[in-house]
Amino acid sequence: MSLTTEFTTADGYKLTLNTGLFINNEFVEGSSTIETINPSTGQVITAVQAAEAKEVDAAVEAAHKAYYGGWKNSCPRERARLMHKLADLVERDIDELAHIETLDNGKPLKDALSFDVPGLAGQLRYFAGCTDKVHGKVIETQGKLSYTIHEPIGVCGGIIPWNFPLAMLSWKIAPALAMSNTVVIKTSELTPLSALKLGSLIVEAGFPPGVINIITGYGHVAGDLLARHMKVSKIAFTGSTAVGRLIMKAAAETNLKKVTLELGGKSPNIVFDDVENLDEAVFWSRLGIYMNAGQVCCAGSRIFVQEGIYDQFIEKFKALAASGTVGNPYDANTIQGPQISERQFERVMGYIESGKEEGATCLLGGNRVGDSGYFIEPTIFTDVTTKMKIMQEEIFGPVVAITKFKDVDEVIAMAHDTDYGLAAAVFTSSLKRAITVSNRLEAGTVWVNCYNQISENVPFGGYKQSGNGRENSVYALDNYTQIKAVKINIGL
Amino acid sequence: MSADLQTITLPTGKKLEVHTHLFINNEFVPGHGPLIETINPATEEVICAVHSADESDVNAAVEAADKCFNEVWRKVAPAEKGRLVNKLADLMERDKEELAALDALDNGKAYTVARDIDITESIGCFRYFAGWADKIHGKTIDTVADRWCYTRHEALGVVGAVIPWNYPIMMAAWKFAPALATGNCVVMKTSELTPLSMLKFAALAKEAGFPAGVVNIITGYGHTTGNFLANHKLVSKMAFTGSTGTGRKIMESSSASNLKKLQLELGGKSAQVVCADADLENAAVMACGGIFNNHGQSCNAGSRILVHSSVLDKFLELFVKATDETIILGDPFAEETYQGPQISKGQFDKILNYIKIGQEEGATLYKGGKRWGEKGYFIEPTIFINCKNNMRIMQEEIFGPVVGIATFETIDEAIAMANDSSYGLAGGVYTSSVDTAIRVSNEIKAGTVWVNTYDIFDQSTPFGGYKQSGFGKELGKYALQEYTQVKVVKFQLLNTGL
Repeated sequence: MSLTTEFTTADGYKLTLNTGLFINNEFVEGSSTIETINPSTGQVITAVQAAEAKEVDAAVEAAHKAYYGGWKNSCPRERARLMHKLADLVERDIDELAHIETLDNGKPLKDALSFDVPGLAGQLRYFAGCTDKVHGKVIETQGKLSYTIHEPIGVCGGIIPWNFPLAMLSWKIAPALAMSNTVVIKTSELTPLSALKLGSLIVEAGFPPGVINIITGYGHVAGDLLARHMKVSKIAFTGSTAVGRLIMKAAAETNLKKVTLELGGKSPNIVFDDVENLDEAVFWSRLGIYMNAGQVCCAGSRIFVQEGIYDQFIEKFKALAASGTVGNPYDANTIQGPQISERQFERVMGYIESGKEEGATCLLGGNRVGDSGYFIEPTIFTDVTTKMKIMQEEIFGPVVAITKFKDVDEVIAMAHDTDYGLAAAVFTSSLKRAITVSNRLEAGTVWVNCYNQISENVPFGGYKQSGNGRENSVYALDNYTQIKAVKINIGL
Repeated sequence: MSADLQTITLPTGKKLEVHTHLFINNEFVPGHGPLIETINPATEEVICAVHSADESDVNAAVEAADKCFNEVWRKVAPAEKGRLVNKLADLMERDKEELAALDALDNGKAYTVARDIDITESIGCFRYFAGWADKIHGKTIDTVADRWCYTRHEALGVVGAVIPWNYPIMMAAWKFAPALATGNCVVMKTSELTPLSMLKFAALAKEAGFPAGVVNIITGYGHTTGNFLANHKLVSKMAFTGSTGTGRKIMESSSASNLKKLQLELGGKSAQVVCADADLENAAVMACGGIFNNHGQSCNAGSRILVHSSVLDKFLELFVKATDETIILGDPFAEETYQGPQISKGQFDKILNYIKIGQEEGATLYKGGKRWGEKGYFIEPTIFINCKNNMRIMQEEIFGPVVGIATFETIDEAIAMANDSSYGLAGGVYTSSVDTAIRVSNEIKAGTVWVNTYDIFDQSTPFGGYKQSGFGKELGKYALQEYTQVKVVKFQLLNTGL
């Protein structure tokens, strides 16, 4: 059976897609298939092989064998060389990878070209630079030589979402590989294609078989099996809080594997009336919610505007949100593509309905765009109260709720009225306010006078039910390390 | 005036084009100092003449570096700096053979050693530090309420570097790599004895895409060019590898000029301690390399071997065997050569003089002691036994293929002898006991202690001396401190205004 398929994109780009499971440096069949849809058109792109118990076992076995077969004790510089080489190949094939990403996910091609694919290369390079810089400590103890070593954990499972397929893949594999773990990544069944393409580059770069394995599968099948597998020593998950709970439960019920979670958010974006430049605040706030069609875990989906500038903010924000094309992701003018799937589309539309039903004002948008593909207009709700569903639950779409506040204590209380704590933003020209408010906010990332600025060398992760553990930066290495203390008795 | 590019012919017959001018602000420009002839120490013949830098040239280089730092380099993103350093490593990899040939020709080291050790490790050094560029972290520090404090680890600005002739490219790499990764601009004075390979490196730095003024390489004499650099008020730091005597002068210059920061990698008289329970075969092989590698021209050479009296005869037999089998003298470009000539007539004479002194002092010349061949500054691997630790050949750095062997009875005695030196660069201990290994390495006053090996380097582990072997670390994360300065910023958060 052929495990590749040819596809020509709407802008005429010819692709050869991998459709197998990537296990042990080979593309193999699965137990069933899953169709992946182009969300810009609602049409099937192709069917890919799906992993069930047999394939998950095979992938874990391959990773286990590779770990103990040399990767665990591999030379750091060799790991760095391979990771740099893979980054080189990603950069060489950026057009192809970006086209696959846009085809399968729907994000504007220019975003895939400027953010997603470069992000993958950047992560690989950052962590390639870490491999030979892992230091334990030597600790003074009487009559002994005591020291710590920072060891890898073993076979690490990664379950990644569909919103930034390649970037999310890189956030998992880069620190894991740098610390000489081997990985089994289950991609989202909604966006399997770009990661499978990366499989070819992994082989070309020269990674030993089994070090990186990439399988497509349903969360409740392959994902669950991976989370429960007795030979998987750690699982890293990015996705919804609901599934995060299931993963934690699965780990608890099996081998207590280490768990890190990057979950949902309902991040507060707080605009004070002393902003130096309101247009800038509006620019960032718009990016904060509508980027990636609102399908960002740290989206600034609740905006709190101090009453003195509320009217001006609303006017400018509404104008900016209404501008810009929502549509064909291959068009250079498009700033927003479709939602990922019919189900997500329905879900977001459902929240828009609920907003209206609960009495909020739909100031802008609220409708589908066009009649094929899952496009939704940038949507604004005002006159919201904190207990409304659209203020409490993660919508994961281009829908923002905006409300006003009087003073800082009030807004911080409102900002904290959520189970989530992934990110937050503060717009102000007062340094004192910026520092004190960011100190007080219970969130893993606080942006001041910007939004959604993420880089590979600064940690990212949630407080509260937005998860635990940090990705990006040297902090990420902690997730893929276990610490051994050695004490040598000096007898004489 | 001679053109920048000159054609030279290697002993293999291959022709190479070499740069001979000064490299300032991404251009090869004529120098105003005297022309310096660089000699092939294997043949004693002139290879070619290179330009050297006078005070005006040093000023031009420093000013170019300073301007570039303030206007360009400090604004370049850290990840981009790392990318450029990695690119430079890629180009060195591409032109590895040429770089190795230039070092072998100009320095006299074996071509295979230059290629497989010097250039290979230099490339590794650049790749290692490239990975640090975007990982230089300050700290946020809590003090009291309404105050916000953090540190920045900032670049120094213009770094002056003066490097020796014993590992022309590698000594340069050890300075360039951390200096560039931490965001500094560099003016490097190479040794007048080995100018050629770094001028090729300069061309690669330009090809890699470094902005003009980040990398500047000038040839010149220490007492002129080096002196101007060490006294220059726009140079924020001098990194020096060389003799202790010159190290002192550089320290004096810093004191007389702008109190520029210093890092000194100086001489050594490192002791290798062979215990009664050592694996003697291994010790002999390692100790042999420990002194005879690079023709004894290493600051960390294990030039004193302290052997437990009970194993002296056996060790000596194995040591001589290892020497005979591995230390093959010959033309640096011959495949089987391990030891080439000493760098110059001056060094050659100095070493032969120490051999004479050793005999006069009463040490027993056990092997070698003479010139090898009739042309080129070759000296036989030389072994003195029955040495006393206070002899000149046991206290003063010879910097040649001459080792002094003494015996000891107890570990305490060995430790005392090892530490009885004004130097403290390195040391070695050979033993099969964990206790002895830990105890001796704890007690030896040196910056590197090797256990059951010698002269093994890694980009991740720091290197630098105790005592009069200098201060400051090269390689490893520790090197970053040498090229950054810490600024603490403390905000008082007011209710009004800011």
